This record gives sequence, C-alpha cells and structure tokens, in this order.
Amino acid sequence: MTATAPAQTPLHQPALHESGLKHTTGEARYVDDLPAPAGLLVGQVVVSPHARAKILRRDGAKARAVPGVHAVYFAEDVPGLNDVGPVVHDEPLFATSEVQFLGQSVALVVGESYEACRAGVKAVEVDYQPLPAILTIEAAESAGAWLSEPHVMERGDVALGLRSAALRFSGEVRTGAQDHFYLETQVTLALPEEGGSLRLLSSTQHPSEVQAIVAHVLHLGRHQVTVEVPRMGGGFGGKETQAAPFAAMAALAALKLQRPVKVWLNRDQDMVQTGKRHPFRCRFEAGFSPDGALLALDAFLVADGGFSTDLSKAILDRGMFHSDNAYFLPNVRLKGLVAKTNLPSNTAFRGFGGPQGMALIEDVMSRAAERLGLDPAKVRARNFYGPAPRNVTPYHQEVKDCRIERVWQELLASSDYAARRAAVDAFNRGSPWLKRGLAITPVKFGISFTTSFLNQAGAYVVLYADGTAQLNHGGTEMGQGLHTKMLAIAAHELGIAPERIRAMTTATDKVPNTSATAASSGSDLNGQAVKQACETLRQRLTPVAAQLLQVSEAEVTFAQGRVFSSARPEVAVPFEKVTQEAYLKQVSLSAAGYYRTPDISYDRAKGRGKPFHYFAYGAAVSEVELSGLTGEHRLRRVDILHDVGASLVPTIDLGQVEGGFIQGLGWLTCEEVLFDDKGFLRTHSPDTYKIPAFGDAPADFRVKLLEGAPQPDVIHGSKAVGEPPLMLALSAVAALRHAVGSFGRAGAEVELSMPCTPEAVLRAVERARAS
Amino acid sequence: MDALRFCLNGTWVEEKSLSPTTTLLRYLRDKKGLTGTKEGCAEGDCGACTVAVAEARGGAAPRWRAVNSCLLLLPMVQGKQVVTVEALRGADGHHPAQEAMAKALGSQCGYCTPGIVMSLFEAVYRDDLDAPWKLDDQLCGNLCRCTGYRPIRSAAQAVAGTCPGDRFREGLAAPGPMALAYTAQGQRFVTPATFGALWDELDAHPDARFVVGGTDLSLEVTKRFAVPPKLVSLEALGELSALTETSSGVSLGATATIAEVEAFTATRLPPLHRMVRYFGARQIKHRGTVGGNLCTASPIGDLAPALIALGAVAVLKSRAGERRVSLDEFFLGYRKTALAPKELLAAIEVPSLGKDVKACSYKVSKRRELDISTVSAGFLVETAADGTVTRARLAYGGMAATPKRAAEAEAALVGQPWRQTSVEAAVKALAKDFQPLSDHRGSAGYRSLVAGNLLRGFFLETQGTPQPTLLPGHASTVQPSGAEGGAR
Repeated sequence: MTATAPAQTPLHQPALHESGLKHTTGEARYVDDLPAPAGLLVGQVVVSPHARAKILRRDGAKARAVPGVHAVYFAEDVPGLNDVGPVVHDEPLFATSEVQFLGQSVALVVGESYEACRAGVKAVEVDYQPLPAILTIEAAESAGAWLSEPHVMERGDVALGLRSAALRFSGEVRTGAQDHFYLETQVTLALPEEGGSLRLLSSTQHPSEVQAIVAHVLHLGRHQVTVEVPRMGGGFGGKETQAAPFAAMAALAALKLQRPVKVWLNRDQDMVQTGKRHPFRCRFEAGFSPDGALLALDAFLVADGGFSTDLSKAILDRGMFHSDNAYFLPNVRLKGLVAKTNLPSNTAFRGFGGPQGMALIEDVMSRAAERLGLDPAKVRARNFYGPAPRNVTPYHQEVKDCRIERVWQELLASSDYAARRAAVDAFNRGSPWLKRGLAITPVKFGISFTTSFLNQAGAYVVLYADGTAQLNHGGTEMGQGLHTKMLAIAAHELGIAPERIRAMTTATDKVPNTSATAASSGSDLNGQAVKQACETLRQRLTPVAAQLLQVSEAEVTFAQGRVFSSARPEVAVPFEKVTQEAYLKQVSLSAAGYYRTPDISYDRAKGRGKPFHYFAYGAAVSEVELSGLTGEHRLRRVDILHDVGASLVPTIDLGQVEGGFIQGLGWLTCEEVLFDDKGFLRTHSPDTYKIPAFGDAPADFRVKLLEGAPQPDVIHGSKAVGEPPLMLALSAVAALRHAVGSFGRAGAEVELSMPCTPEAVLRAVERARAS
Repeated sequence: MDALRFCLNGTWVEEKSLSPTTTLLRYLRDKKGLTGTKEGCAEGDCGACTVAVAEARGGAAPRWRAVNSCLLLLPMVQGKQVVTVEALRGADGHHPAQEAMAKALGSQCGYCTPGIVMSLFEAVYRDDLDAPWKLDDQLCGNLCRCTGYRPIRSAAQAVAGTCPGDRFREGLAAPGPMALAYTAQGQRFVTPATFGALWDELDAHPDARFVVGGTDLSLEVTKRFAVPPKLVSLEALGELSALTETSSGVSLGATATIAEVEAFTATRLPPLHRMVRYFGARQIKHRGTVGGNLCTASPIGDLAPALIALGAVAVLKSRAGERRVSLDEFFLGYRKTALAPKELLAAIEVPSLGKDVKACSYKVSKRRELDISTVSAGFLVETAADGTVTRARLAYGGMAATPKRAAEAEAALVGQPWRQTSVEAAVKALAKDFQPLSDHRGSAGYRSLVAGNLLRGFFLETQGTPQPTLLPGHASTVQPSGAEGGAR
C-alpha cells in the first residue's frame, strides 16, 4: 500500500488527534473560554484556615454589603442535601459545625468580579475553635481513625510459606501523594433555564454524577439538570468526583440568583481544596527461596483517604488487586484499610490505587534480589504467572491469556538488556561518583470498574439525510483521544470517512446514566455502545440499499463512503444516497447503543471473584544515571513494550503510553506533596510542586506496542490503555536502586524511599556507602 | 498622561482607563476575548499563557521573544508588537509550529498547547539554536501533563531554526522600550527615557518601586492580588542594559535580561554561564534581569553566589552619582540590600579571572529545569605555581538568609595545597559557616551535605577526572575554566 492510498477503514490506522489542530490555534474551547453570557457572576469559595476546628459562628452580613457582591451562601442555603460525597454521604458541600481539613469549603461568595468576590471572602466572618488534627497515616492508625472496614484477600498458607523460606524479611514501603496538575483547573458554568431547570457546562469526567449531585443538593429531579462537557484540559482522575462540589456551588447560585454563575478555581485554590493520589503505607513480610522464588507474602496496606470517603475504598481495593502485579503469589494474605486524616479527600488518580499496590510488590522483588545478590530481572521473571496452578490471583481470579512472558522476552531482546546491564556494571566500577542503573519491570493491570455495575455505557448516533452523522457517547474527552477512537469505530461501522462524523459535546441529555470516564474503560465500554448503535443504523439502511442497488440484503456492503454489492463492487451508490432514500422511505436515522461487560463480579466480604474482564500487560527498561554528590538523576534511555491488543488508533495509544510513563515518573521521582504541621499544603503551585518538565523525559525513548495480539471479547480486539502505562515508571525506581546499590556492598538492601527526589537518592547513597 | 498603546496581532490598541497592573493575560482573555492564551498558574511556572513579543533591544533588530503573559503588566508592552496564538494561522494556512504540533500529536488535552505553540513560534525564528540543550531550554518553561514531551520534541526538532521568510519575519518593525507616564485607577506607572526624568520621578514619588521584567514583582499582583500604587520601570534607560567586555573584565547592565546574559557569557564568562543556563525558563529569561535577580536579595537568587565568587562589584547609581560596592557587601539581610532610597543598581562588574584561577558555579534543585535552587554555589580558587591556594572565594545560596561566602571554609583552603585533604578540611569548616533551614525544597541535613559535596565535585572537576563527576547536564557542555587559565 502506498502512503497516499486510503485505508479500507480508519480502524487500527494511525490518525491525528481529533482536536489536534484546534488545540494549536486556540479555537478549542474549554469551559472558562466560553464567551461570558449576559449577567455572568462568578463565585469564590470561603475555606477553612484550620485542619480541624469547631465552627462557632458564621456570618455573611458584612460580605453581602461589599460592593459587587450579590450573595453569600452557607450550608443553610442549600435547598436539598448538603452533601457531595459520591458513595458515602460524609462530605458536606459547606461545613456546618466542624471543618475537617485546611481548605474545606465553608461558604460561597458570588459577585460581579473576582475582585469583588475576594473582598467578600475577606468580609465573611467565621469563628473557629481549633481542634487537634490527624495529619499522618501513623497518627490515624494510633487514633484508630478509619474510613473503611478491613478488606482481606487470602490464598494458600502464609505462615507455612514464610516458615519454609530461606530468605524471610519484613519491611515498609511508602508511596507519596500526587497532585493531578491538570493544566485546566476545576471549573463549572451554570446557566439557569426555564421552570427552575439548569444547564451546566462542566470540566468533569463524570457528567452523570455531577447531574445527580446537583439534583440532590438543589432538591431537583435529575431531568431538570443537564450537564455538558465540551472537553477537559486534563483530568487524570481528578475530575471524576471532585468536579462535583464546585459544580454544585455554581448551580446553587445560578438557581437562586437566576443568573449565569461560574465557579473557577485558580491553581493555588485548586491544589489546596482538591484531593490527590492516596499515599499508602504498606508493611510486609515476605519469604523467598535462595534462588528468588517468592514463597509467601503477608502485607498490610493503609491508604490515606483524607477527611472523607470519596472513592477511597475502591482505590484501596485496586491497590490490593495489584499487590501481585504480574507475579504468582503461592501463599498470600493482603489486608487493607483506609485511614481518615484531616487532609483534603484523596481521590481517583490514573491507576486508582493500582500503582501503589504495584510499588509494594516491585519494592519487595527489588529488595529480595538485592539481599540474594541476584539479577532482579531474573527474580522477577521466575515469579511470573504461568500455567495452572500458577495462574490464580490472591482474589481467586484465573489469569487467562497471560502475555507477560512474551512481552518480557521480546523487550529483553529489543532493549539489549543483558549486555547493557553488564556495561552499566562495568561503567560503575570505573566511576566513583557518577553511577548508572538499569532495570526492567513488568505491568499487569486489571481492566474493569471493580464496582461491577459501573461497567455499562451508552451511545446515540444520529444520521442526517445528507449522509453526515453526529456521534454522542457517554465518555468524556480529556485529551486521551477517546473521541478519535470513537470516530474511527463509527466510521468503520458506517463505512464513511471520520470527517463526515462529528463527535459531539458529552451531554447527559443525549446519553443518560453514564459511568465516569475512568478506569481506562472509556474505549472499551463506549466503543461497544457506539458500535451497537451504528450496527442498528446499518441494519435499517441495508434493505433500503438493497432495493436501491437491486441486490440481496446479504450482499450490501458499507465502506469508504459507498454502499455496494460485495459480489459486484461496481454496483454502488454513495452513502448519502442511501440515507436520503431512507429518509424518504420513513426509516428512523437515529439509534441508541448500549453495552455492559458480561460475567464480572467481586465479593468484597469473601475477597473472591472475577473483578476484571481481562488484563493489560507491559514492561519497561529504564537506564538512569545519578550523581552521588547531589542525588540528582536523569533517565538516559527508556524502552517500553506495551500490550494494547489490536490498537484502535496506534498513534493515540502511543501517546497514552508515553504520557502515562512520564506521569508515573513524576509521581515516583520529582513530585512531592508536602503539608506542614498545621495541615497547610506547602506545595500549592508549580513554584513548589514540580511535575516533569521537557528535559525530564528520557533523551532516548523507545516505545513499541505489542504486535499481533488481538484481545478476544473486547472492542475490535483492542485493550484499555489509559492507566496501565503509568506503572511502567516503576522501572525507573528499580534502576535507581541498582545505581544506588553500586555505592554499597553486594547483598545489602538499598534503602531508597519514594518519591526518589535528589534528597531521597542522596540519603540512600549515603546509607549504601556506610554499609 | 499617556495612553497604553501596543500592537496586538497586527492591530494597534489603545487603553486609557485600565489599571496599569492589569496583566497582559487577563487583558487578552477578559477584554479581548482571546481565550487561546490560558492561565495555568499565574506565576510563570507552566507556560500556558505564553505569547510572543517583538521589540528592538540593545541596538539590534526587533525579534520575537516568548514571554509569560501572566507576568507581563500592560505598560511593559508599550509600543511593542504582541502576537497571540490566534494570529498564527493566516490566509496561507497554519503556521509551521501549529502544523508540526498537530502532525506529531504534540497535543492531547490541548490546554498547554497554545503556550507550547508560542514557544515553538519563537524557536522557528531563532538562528542560534546551535546546541541540543538550547531546545530543552526553549521549551522547559512549558509544562505538559499529558504527552510526556516526546512528540513535542519531535515537533520542535522539525521546525526550530527553520527561519521561514514569512510575514512574521519580513518587515517586522518594532521600537525598543518606550517612555511612558500612565495613571489610571489611582495607580501610576512611569517608564522614564532619561536619567533626569527618572530622578525627577523619584523625587516626586519617593515611594515608587522599581520594576523591569516584572517576573518577581508581578507575583504580588497575580498571587497576592496586591495593587502596587506606584511603579517606575527602568526598561527604557538603554545604557542600563549594556553588556560590555574590556581588558579588565566584563560589565553586566542591571536591566540586561538573563537571556542576553546567557548569550553574552557563553564564551566570555563560562563559570557564570553555567548558572545562567539553569536559571529558569526561556520566557522568564527574556524578562528577568540581572538587577532584578540581585535586588530582590533572595537567599536563593541564582546569580548572587556565582557573581560573589567571581569577585563582582555592584555599581550603584543615584542623582548624586555612582558608587561601587563589592557584591559581598551588597546583601545586608533577608531581602535587604545596600541600596539607598532613590538609588538603583546600574551594573555588575566582573573582573577578569586571571591566569591561575579555577572557577565554576552550581545549582541543585528538585527538578533540573525551571526550578528554584535548593542549594547553589559559586567557587573561585586561585593557585600559585606550586599549587598552593592563594585566593578562595566560596559563595552559597540557600544556606543562609542571604547569599553568603563561606569564610571558615575559605580560610581552611588558603595557604594549603589544592588537593583532596585540603578540600575535606574546607568541607568540615562549612559546618561553622552555615546552619541552613529545612523547607519544602530540602532539609537542613541535605543542604549541608550538598554544600560540601559541591565543593568536592568542583575539586574533582578541576582535576580533570576522566568521568564527569556531576550530572552530564552540568558537566558535558560547559567545563570549568581550567588551569590553563582564564575564561574561555
């Protein structure tokens, strides 16, 4: 095929991002870019200055008198339920008698300008009586402050496994918080409509939940609230539940004042008020054979939930579901709890606990290899899932179609791992202060919402008589390329060019009762629904076309903008001829599609089930270089092989893999969320909170998608890609451990904490040198 | 009173009633509906607000520079050309920077993209991108949370330095910084064109504050929502931005931008250049100045330790005339300088290094690029023919309330041979020089350890160890000036 020849179908073909050019011209509009509607007011939130305090008095009288201020709302002004908790009702929209973290919303000031609102915020009087606060997981554990019941998964005989192990060791693994740092901060514009209804334009991954929460906060039926998402400037989980409070505030004010109201947080406000990736404190005891076979693992995982439940239980669950990563754990006991602290409510973040669980087991593998003096790659490989009986997870799901061995072998070869590892060791012997490290780590990530009923999606496809189409589906576009993929699927099914289809703003009045665009599920779920809707339309068009072409219905084929006979392709009409004819023949040209993932369930009480439809696999080799004088380090080269099945759009998937890796790298190396001893977030802007910059990406970055690996029972053989690649960055930590270890004696465990900031690395180097 | 006038996307605009501390970003979005330019942080740390500004500086022809519109106050673009992302696409199609980004899938969520396109826009017209690190430097001021940067790098490599002869290059006309006296909403912003006018303004308004690039002062506006009543910009006093080299050394004008200093020092003063390279983002380097960085007297300002080590002298100027103060004595306390009221920093003079001088500067931060120092250091050691240290100047940032010399460590070195045992003695003495603080950038223990290790690393580098002892990003591009002498 020449470069210019059109592909038969846009599926499995490279494509540009559907909004790519619009991004580059500035015409792509985000919520805060929409032209101000007449009479627009803006809101600013009054927040708690204490991590925990009793509220003695709240008074908005002086604030209401500030010029330009139109209203001040407290909890009492909420007509419905003063709560925005997505699962458990433990998160007030506005605090009433007690504040539980520094930054918690107490009131909303609405005015004509941000200046007026800021003056209003200053004039709101709130008297607090500070109370002792819990600011660390340790303090929560001591106080017995929990947001969950214990969750236990168990298989085999852990005690026996540990007793039989030649190497038995225990330890603690900590992972840090991570701010989402979506470039577009939280924002919602609420517009009053007739009859007490509302239309919201919101930057949210979960428009249906925003709709539901706004409805119950305002005591409305959901039919009175429409939520639309034009696009997001990044989400990463941070807009799954936490867009809702600010949307509810905008909606409250818009309804009461009957004027358009926008609530937008600036960067510092956003970082102070919203939750982050859950820090985990994991303690473990592990047993290994002398040749590196893991015999038993007993682990206790505690997630810092912050002040309210949010999605913490499911996040802890996913952490436990991934404490095996790609390894068969013959004897295992995992116990998990969510701690309650006086910090912002931690929330979904790409990987959803999975990275934390995987960080635990990868650290265990590294430590075992260091103690045994073995190549960590060999220790990892010998513990992979395999044929029965080595194919059962700690939660008793069978691992079918395991691809880790294939991914591993192909990557070892393509990255030239063995020779490079030897070269790194040789380099280190001749370099006293500058050391290198090389490591390979695997990823196996379970795909499905582990709350099983969420695995459903809808679509609504509209054909016009001229043969063009509008595509609505329940997923939201946050940059991940979902619309690009959905367009490819629809174009494939209808046999027309993607340019003839327009991906519409996600809206709850087009596709209702949707799940969040989360859990990497966007393409899997919505793709099936889009496919089904298009199939319905095609089935309706087929008899029309058969009659037009004077052929049998079985012969009718839709492709490349034409409808033709499969037996005699020259017998053809343009697609729009068929739609025009269908319209004249009174055939419905719009159809809904719906999909639910079959055959998944999980019993949390028993710690058993099949929570995942399938697993995604990948592996990464990272080579790092560090200075033993400053602890600074950089990635010299990264090789990735990742399994996305038969990629729907490979260029989009490649971007997800690369971007996910660097985001994971940030979490594990330079991003450090720090609160002071009063619960004040010291890292509340990019001045102090450092996400990876241009120069932090590896100079040599080789990313490949696994070839010839379609996944059965998933849309067009593809696999989910949003989250799994983030965890490939654990290879950088393993590589840093290799480099740090070369400062010390063989057989000593490296003591490297995460995030591996220069300071953490230098501390580890000093310890290694002292060993 | 003057009006604010500048050329926005090819059309002259005039404003008479806006507050002079209105940022260009807010103006574009709120007043002009140009919402392609985004606010990501309002502090110059993310680059989503990047626009390009053309002006003629230092007698050179006008050229485009990427700047953070969130830190640019409207009077700072007086008379200049401003281009935003909306104006790049013309009748002839998309700009090469736009095409390259879309083609490489350099955007995912797209929110950072307009800013990146504008940084690339500058890169397209640069003819001095002669080293790989300069591309990193060009783009490190633009954070992207989605792509992992690889496709953006591809786009940059495709178009940077291509210098097409298009409408943005041909016939580009823009004057240098212009005089302005603007008052609105009870605020005053004056840009005098002569020193006479400057002294008059200061006499009339002794409470006015100096500003040049605004990269520090504007944060008071964007972060603390302050309303500075009176500002005096030094931008139109051309002689203050001069960069000159004489037989006795170099002189850095106080209003020379960091970008200009970076270009000037590359060959003339490598020990300083090394620090300047990691100073900050390109956008900040285009606006931040030598004087601004020194006069804020921050303990973590990047220039001070390097300049102190190099024996720099501050030239202070007032109506009464000029006086010279050693930079050692310029910093009196936390954010306090030796400047008298109505006196300004005019220039920094750096003496020639001399034949037997080894000098270098270092910056350690959590992130290599676009970050503030955890610890920074400037070192200068002069040795006699027999290798005895005759002069040692060791200056640190991030270790005390001001940039400060390590007197005890210097004393431990002078008179001793330049070898490891002497260096270890000096490292030990650092404990008497500094009791650093712990903060979010680093603990006291880390700072102390790194302070000593930087000196160790400097020593190793002067020994020409076969392997670089610090990160290649530090060592592979700029070597410390070696024993064969002087600045290269």
